[in-house]
Amino acid sequence: MNQEYDLHLKEAKGEIEDSADLESLKKLEVELLGKKSVTTQAKRSLGNLEPEERRELGSVLNETRTKLEEMLLVKRKELESELMREQLESERLDLTEFDRGHRLGHRHVVTQTWERLEDLFIGMGYTVSEGPEIEDEWHNFGALNFPLGHPARDMYDTLYVDYGEPMSTLLRTHTSPVQIRVMEEEEPPIYSIMPGRVFRSDTADATHMPVFHQIEALVIDKGITFGDLAGTIETFTTAYFGKDFESRLRPSYFPFTEPSAEFDIRHPGGKWLELGGCGMVHPEVLKAGGLDPEEWQGFAFGFGLDRLALMRHEIDDLRELFRNDYRFLTQF
Amino acid sequence: MKVLLSWLREFAPVEGETTVIGEQLSELGLAVENITQIGEHLEGVVVAKVLNLRPHPDADRIQIVEVDSGDGQPLQICCGAFNMSPGDFVPLATIGTTMPNGMEISRRKLRGEWSNGMLCSGAEIELGDDHDGILILGDGSKQGTPLAESLGIESDVLFDLEVNPNRPDAMSVIGVARDLAAYQKIPFRIPEPKVSEKGKDVSEILKAEIISPDLCGRFVARVFEGVSIQDSPQWLQNRITALGMRPVNNVVDVSNYVMLELGQPSHTFDLESVANSEFKVRWAIEGEEIVTLDGVTRKLTSEDGIVADGSNTPIGIAGVMGGNSTEISRETSTVALEMAWWTPSAIAKTSRRLGLRSEASARFERGTDPEIIETAMKRFCELLEPEVSLHPGLVDEQGDMPTREKIKVRVSRVNSILGTDLDKKEILEILDPIGFKAKAGKEDIEVTVPSFRPDTSLEIDVIEEIARIFGYEKIKKTVPKSKTFGALTAKQSDRRLIRSTLMGSGLDEAMPVPFLAPGELENAGLAADGIKVANPLVAEESVMRSSLRPGLLKTLAYNESHRLTGLRLFEIGHVYSHPQQSQPLPDEREHLVSLLAGNQVKEIVEVWSALVDALALDDYDLIADSPPGFHPTRTSRIEIKGKTVGFLGEIAPSVLALFEVSERVACLEIDVDELLSIPHGRSYYKPFSRYPSSDIDLAFEVDEDISSSEVKKCLEEKAGELLADINLFDVFRGAPVSEGRRSLAFKLRLQADDRTLTDAEVAKVHGECIEAVEKRFSAKLRS
Repeated sequence: MNQEYDLHLKEAKGEIEDSADLESLKKLEVELLGKKSVTTQAKRSLGNLEPEERRELGSVLNETRTKLEEMLLVKRKELESELMREQLESERLDLTEFDRGHRLGHRHVVTQTWERLEDLFIGMGYTVSEGPEIEDEWHNFGALNFPLGHPARDMYDTLYVDYGEPMSTLLRTHTSPVQIRVMEEEEPPIYSIMPGRVFRSDTADATHMPVFHQIEALVIDKGITFGDLAGTIETFTTAYFGKDFESRLRPSYFPFTEPSAEFDIRHPGGKWLELGGCGMVHPEVLKAGGLDPEEWQGFAFGFGLDRLALMRHEIDDLRELFRNDYRFLTQF
Repeated sequence: MKVLLSWLREFAPVEGETTVIGEQLSELGLAVENITQIGEHLEGVVVAKVLNLRPHPDADRIQIVEVDSGDGQPLQICCGAFNMSPGDFVPLATIGTTMPNGMEISRRKLRGEWSNGMLCSGAEIELGDDHDGILILGDGSKQGTPLAESLGIESDVLFDLEVNPNRPDAMSVIGVARDLAAYQKIPFRIPEPKVSEKGKDVSEILKAEIISPDLCGRFVARVFEGVSIQDSPQWLQNRITALGMRPVNNVVDVSNYVMLELGQPSHTFDLESVANSEFKVRWAIEGEEIVTLDGVTRKLTSEDGIVADGSNTPIGIAGVMGGNSTEISRETSTVALEMAWWTPSAIAKTSRRLGLRSEASARFERGTDPEIIETAMKRFCELLEPEVSLHPGLVDEQGDMPTREKIKVRVSRVNSILGTDLDKKEILEILDPIGFKAKAGKEDIEVTVPSFRPDTSLEIDVIEEIARIFGYEKIKKTVPKSKTFGALTAKQSDRRLIRSTLMGSGLDEAMPVPFLAPGELENAGLAADGIKVANPLVAEESVMRSSLRPGLLKTLAYNESHRLTGLRLFEIGHVYSHPQQSQPLPDEREHLVSLLAGNQVKEIVEVWSALVDALALDDYDLIADSPPGFHPTRTSRIEIKGKTVGFLGEIAPSVLALFEVSERVACLEIDVDELLSIPHGRSYYKPFSRYPSSDIDLAFEVDEDISSSEVKKCLEEKAGELLADINLFDVFRGAPVSEGRRSLAFKLRLQADDRTLTDAEVAKVHGECIEAVEKRFSAKLRS
């Protein structure tokens, strides 16, 4: 009896394996397990058998059907995955066709440097202050302790505009007038940076532009010292340029700070590079800003922003920043 | 200011390696721009005497020179210069000499003739700028002598220093030496010049009067006789040459020498040409004239200071240039030597006005030391001796000098400003070597400022000196803890958000300069009333932009000329204009302009939509408009809550033609200040319905002049509260839609908050929407 079903299984196995597609497999499944199948027919006749025989045959039939089901399942999986493979193959795409470069826009290198500096000082607890680019003579010079007749005020360095009294209104020559505006508008303590566009009466060349950008920091609080200035510059230097950079201050002169200094930075073993100017806010400037120099002390430091962009990207001509050649704008 | 180490050493025994001294000068605030070793390259260069010259047989540009280099034997040299004659003394770089440019001199053949060394030009051995011919030495030279010895050049170090405007004292050798001595804690001393005097007292020979005391603080004159104009000794010429001055003759050179050494310029007059031997110091009378030393007739103004003679005729422009009528010459027998202290602003004005800026005027402008004059006069005569004979006494007239008050310096203030812990004794020890006489009181120090430091008048000035000499680098670095919260303002954050959004839309940020040329605003279709630069360097930079459009259009044109097209640019920046009402400063606003080149008007609307999303602006209208410079039928005004915040559309073709841009250009222009003044950026949670929704699609045929947003508004109105979402999903033109009309297809999603909508409810809205649109816009529903 077993032999009969073994033979059936053997035949069925052959047929299942020969099935070419899911449709013929489905047909075969009906043939092998459906109402008219050998095993279903045999099951129907079980009632005519003795209990012993019935049990024996029943178990053989169940075993046979289970095996048939397994074989069919394996074959179906095989055919299905083959079908999926074919479908996937037919969907093949060359993604490099779509890789045509575009794209996000680009932030101007000056903006990138500007925002990087803002973020750095925000991390140190500073706010960001702004002021007008067309300034009055008082905020740009007078309040900053530039005496009348100071060479910086003359027409060789400063661009004036036709507005109000002659030589009363100008294109700000530095971001320092924002210091005065901040003092006028805010109560100390002040911890703020002032980035912005500035102007000089200069002919454009590789290192000069009539328009460029500066950033400066102003701190006014009780008991601020020159040591605080040196320490803050050191912190800024290592934060912006890297841990192994160092800074130094050298005596210098600016009308609006005293003591004044130039600050240099260097990579250990490298050459000192002059970066900017700094100093303790001059008592006359504090007074011009409406503050009592006996109560408040402060420092300020500033430097050119464009130069940092040039340094970072090894750009050798300042004019390139403002020429707006597409090949330049999309590089950074 | 340049200084020689050997010169500094005449006043202080300066020690140390050259580079260390350089660092010390920098730390003193006298930034070293350059250090030059003098005489370094003269090793191996000797004096040679030209014996004879003959042409090179095979070369036109070379001749053969035979010289005697000291051993009496003729030595053959091939030379490319032809400016010497037999008997001349010339510098010879002998075999083995390394030239300043690194070349080593060897014996070699030039076109078949041996050359045993090289004859040198001044430039080749760094003695001047002359490249053209061989340097011809003086007749007194001797062949075989090392050139350095023959010229009296000692090996020396030249420091080129950058002197800040508050340090007039450092524009002299003694000023630099004084600082360096203080740093090195070594003695500093100005030796007393030795002169012998004879004859009548000066007061019997000449008279001087200061008529305008606000011009001249001190006017001093002495008289000497017996000067003969000739070349200065070589050592003196070498020194002033090293410091950048050209030797002229003994009197001029000594004047320059004293100025460089002590900081005091001087002037000499041929006393016999000075009417009545009388000097009158006063402001010029408007229109008065003088012929100056350079032979130029100069018209003076009442702001120029002059020295006039007894007939009241100008004989010199104060501190700037002498007159030629009293110039000393070979015939001069009696010389009046004048040294003065001039009011700095007077000299600054006159020298600038006349374009006569000199080493002397630069020193007067910053303020000379009125107390160095006696020493400087004696030094002048000492350097000219023994040939001159000096009359005793001096005429010394006083005008207005700025008062120098004693400055009270609080020890507590010093330490509070600097972050130091100095005591009175330490401060006194710092101040004394730089000439600040200080007396300690109980809490304070009383400081007398030296006459050579006119910059110092406040306590803070003295504190700066203390810091400088103490050493900036010795002050302990500390970092104050900020008491404010570090953050961007709302506007600054929004500006960054706008930038990021535009970048996300694929736009590149440009940064043109804010200057325009005359006519460029007009070319862009804008009013010509831009703020003008009063003193532009070039016309292209004479108008301030009142819009970002011209600058960006120029950027497109520039790129197109380099075959770069299809650009998508934006700029955020200030624009300036004359205000409506009088105010202290012009109107200055922040604008955003984006230009998309090529046919990108749809994309520019998408850029605006992206900004609306990013800034969470809840409501706006695009209203067809034709602002100047824009395409009149392809532009909308952007309105939010009744305020115009900008324009959207295309640039007018006529404008593009003027800017030489050949592509179509889509433009978005936003007044950022206006936009950000409208409440935005915060959206509140709105619960959404959990019930099923129903969609209805409606396509209408409408006239071209009816905007889709009007139809959309009408649908919104009719669908009312049940409208969950609406969008325009198709626009179609052409048959079967009739000419001059187009089809607008909207999808409306209806949904109630509290129930599932019935078919009847949906049908009602559907019907009402159709009816309203058809009626209001003469539209026709398309099936």
